[in-house]
Amino acid sequence: MNLVTVSGPPSSGKTSLIIKTIESLKQKGIKVGVVKFDCLYTDDDILYEKIGVPVKKGLSGSLCPDHYFVSNIEEVVQWGIKEGVDLLITESAGLCNRCSPYIQEIKAVCVIDNLSGINTPKKIGPMLKTADVVVITKGDIVSQAEREVFASRVNSVNPKAVTMHVNALTGQGAYEFAGLIYEKDEELDTLKGKKLRFSMPSALCSYCLGETRIGEEHQMGNVRKIDLEDKK
Amino acid sequence: MISRNYLEAKTIEHLLEKYPFITEFLTDNLVDIDEKDQRTLPELLNSLDEETLEEKAINPEEILEGVVSFANQMIEFLGIGENTINELTIVAGYNKHGEKESFDKLTIKKGEIISIVGPTGSGKSRLLADIEWGAQGDTPTKRSILINGEGIDKTSRFSSGNKLVAQLSQNMNFVMDLTVFEFLELHAKSRMVEDEEDVINKIFDKANELAGEKFKKETPITSLSGGQSRALMIADTAILSTSPIVLIDEIENAGIDRKKALDLLVGEEKIVLMATHDPLLALMGDKRIVIKNGGIHDVMDIISEERDILHELTKLDNVIQGMREKLRHGHKLEL
Repeated sequence: MNLVTVSGPPSSGKTSLIIKTIESLKQKGIKVGVVKFDCLYTDDDILYEKIGVPVKKGLSGSLCPDHYFVSNIEEVVQWGIKEGVDLLITESAGLCNRCSPYIQEIKAVCVIDNLSGINTPKKIGPMLKTADVVVITKGDIVSQAEREVFASRVNSVNPKAVTMHVNALTGQGAYEFAGLIYEKDEELDTLKGKKLRFSMPSALCSYCLGETRIGEEHQMGNVRKIDLEDKK
Repeated sequence: MISRNYLEAKTIEHLLEKYPFITEFLTDNLVDIDEKDQRTLPELLNSLDEETLEEKAINPEEILEGVVSFANQMIEFLGIGENTINELTIVAGYNKHGEKESFDKLTIKKGEIISIVGPTGSGKSRLLADIEWGAQGDTPTKRSILINGEGIDKTSRFSSGNKLVAQLSQNMNFVMDLTVFEFLELHAKSRMVEDEEDVINKIFDKANELAGEKFKKETPITSLSGGQSRALMIADTAILSTSPIVLIDEIENAGIDRKKALDLLVGEEKIVLMATHDPLLALMGDKRIVIKNGGIHDVMDIISEERDILHELTKLDNVIQGMREKLRHGHKLEL
């Protein structure tokens, strides 16, 4: 089985991209499974079910979605193997921009869209910087120049990745993307022993543990303050 | 080309003097630098404490590798000669029913316009993707794309330098909060053109020639009208985009001189492919491709009878455009 982790900010077009990609993979006779990670709510699993793909979803609720992801990924892989899929795709939303869901030696895809503003590539951390493939979506509704500028900004943050424009509505480019993420000879049995590409965002303060009261006396652990001093 | 050894041997001052664009890469990756720094880049990165690295999500090893890839891409990019693509050839494949397409090879030369017609869902997107990604018999249509008569190898198809195709469509909008001038400046900077000011002025003048209503350099791009936006996008794509092939998905018949727009693209030696069902536009092409059932059903030369029709249609169009102008300026309409 192959594993591919797809991440990207909410509403960047991850699900549409994956669905269009699955259509291409099906034509090649490749069986795909999907596990969707989200925070509070998702009904994307219904979209996947509709196209006949084995799918599971995991909601992290009050936990950091990244930490939830990495605590579950091995079980998810075993599920994929049991389902007998050739390619398992995990989809997770980058909610805090410091998200870091990629695993060494496992293909990592970041999806971002042209509408998110030209400084966005700079704002997104490891999720963009350590990806192998960066897919830029929504190129059909912005000008050619903005597409070029945006792609060059992505490239300047992550020059090693393959950066490609895919139209996740018409599927233009999805076939080519499908060709990049599946390797016939790759066999993954387990993720045990593998490592994340970068450390996850960390926090352990009183609010992590359920504190709701505001004020210095209620703050414990890993706390940091904004610098509000006037600069001279 | 620079190597990892080079990077480890030279001071930051030397590095940035020789390759100023590395500054951009480092600041985008949140590494603070001083242009006069006499240390090497690895020395600088090693001096950062654990907390800063974690905080800014910096991985020194990745930064170093990134600088090498980025610098080499830029060196290559800056060294590329303008528009070295002279012709594009589509080698026939198969339609959805597995039938061979009804032509063998179609070669399109610089400065030619080919229109593409066919109902929605007939396979236009697939054809455009085949061209954009340089299909080599490995897509559902089994078509191959040749550039200057030769195939394209897989690495260059997916390299970040693949900028074969620029696209223009009806639905495109400007989304940045910039004025026309700032926008052109930003694009020119990302393309690293030398005579920025000249290029910006040229695009601005051309765009105003195409647009029905004039606009200023200080106009925010998001408040341009549909026709003005289209005019600016076309002028910018013609003059500033590196892509030798332009794919156009309709140009609406309002607020823009479409004949001049096509002339501008062709004049800048672009290969133009245009999906359209507007007879006026379709007849401005040199040939037209008819798409049916996922394949190219026919390649038609535009015959002289059709050219005569174009003449008539243009007259009609001028009448309608004239009326629009009169309406706009509050005059009475009369035939």
